[in-house]
Amino acid sequence: MDEVPPRKTKTITDQAAENITRVEELAYELKVDVVMSRDAKEASPNMKMGEVLDIFRQARISGAPVISQDELVGIISIEDIIRCLRQNDLDSPVSAYMSTKLFTVRQTDPVVEALKTLVHTKVGRLPVVDDTGKLVGIITKGDINRGLLKALQHDYQEEEIRRYRASHLFEDIVSGRTSLILRYVIKPRDFTHGGSASSYIKRALLRLGASPQIARRCGIAVYEAEMNLIIHADHGGIIRVEIEPHQITIEATDDGPGIQDVELAMKPGFSTATEEVREQGFGAGMGLVNIARCVNEMKLDSTLGKGTRLKIKIFLEAQEAFGEVSAFQKERT
Amino acid sequence: MDLCELTALIEGKIITRDCDTSRPIKGCCGADLMSDVLASIQPDALLLTGLCNPQIVRTAQMADVTAIVIVRGKNPPKETIDLANEEGIPLISSPFGMFELCGRLYKAGLPSLENQVSPENCDCG
Repeated sequence: MDEVPPRKTKTITDQAAENITRVEELAYELKVDVVMSRDAKEASPNMKMGEVLDIFRQARISGAPVISQDELVGIISIEDIIRCLRQNDLDSPVSAYMSTKLFTVRQTDPVVEALKTLVHTKVGRLPVVDDTGKLVGIITKGDINRGLLKALQHDYQEEEIRRYRASHLFEDIVSGRTSLILRYVIKPRDFTHGGSASSYIKRALLRLGASPQIARRCGIAVYEAEMNLIIHADHGGIIRVEIEPHQITIEATDDGPGIQDVELAMKPGFSTATEEVREQGFGAGMGLVNIARCVNEMKLDSTLGKGTRLKIKIFLEAQEAFGEVSAFQKERT
Repeated sequence: MDLCELTALIEGKIITRDCDTSRPIKGCCGADLMSDVLASIQPDALLLTGLCNPQIVRTAQMADVTAIVIVRGKNPPKETIDLANEEGIPLISSPFGMFELCGRLYKAGLPSLENQVSPENCDCG
């Protein structure tokens, strides 16, 4: 009976542990068809071994699938050619030397499946097939390494670095009450740039480590508020966002014309927008209703002839809070 | 369904460059009122619309839309395409109308990602 070798253990640094986990994660995330080689050089059963040798040399490859009438029938590799050379038998057909015991992997499988098969069977390459069993590519350990490296590189793109830096902001700065304030000036009737403030705000929240759900709720609410300023406010307005570990407060203010009947304005479908605005896809009377749906607290104050102030709040649960949980709890108490 | 399968199905043309074609499309939402989209759409949906202005891209960005299909073969203005490129949201133009596109996609198994509206929000009087 085979004895199971004792597991090797060694101390690894946190940094190393993080990298290993990410590669392992990627092996499960990445699909075979992303990393495999397409347009693999093919051999046929009747081809002479000498021809295969030439193909291998020219294409600098060490194996190829053998195809007969659109069907995968075998694999021919450099080892088979070496065997053939020993016999001085290069005029023999591929069918005499190819291996017909095939281990395949599906294109929709995660890369880790291909890795497992490569390790267990000790073969150098696996034909990749689609759901109908048709050959679509070839995968080797080299392909997998390249694919993982590319994915890792992609992971560390600028956005990630920015996100990493920003997400530590609330942890790195100690104060009795830390908050980050963002301000945007919104121009009236500027439909072309409408939504750019909301776009910056959503991105900022994601970089600070907000969950996609929180960023989406804030994004939708602030976008509707921004469009309201563009559509209705005489001179545009100001959007002010205050981000604290436990909550996000957004204020949209303008200096007119003001809302005649706030209660009516809150009614779904009520709108005073012009035809021009409606053509842009807005002014359906759903803006304030949408905002209310996305936030935890909403206050709308308006004086006709003076202006409007919309104040909304989104509360963050402990696990969603920015920065350390301890900072979050301090703010709450 | 991914972007390549989608474009084949709707005979669409991708207008934006370098888009991520591997991101899965989980379902669909069709509307010309952006507030309706924001009110009802769930994340990772495809947005079908007859509008061409930059607001469709902003709306898509806020609502985590996977891609935008512009119906009736319309060509959006440059500012819309520029914004879509900037934000990495694929824009696809299809020659078919809204109804035909909804039918094709629904038949291909794409579910609706439009939330139903609650009764208190239905009053448009």
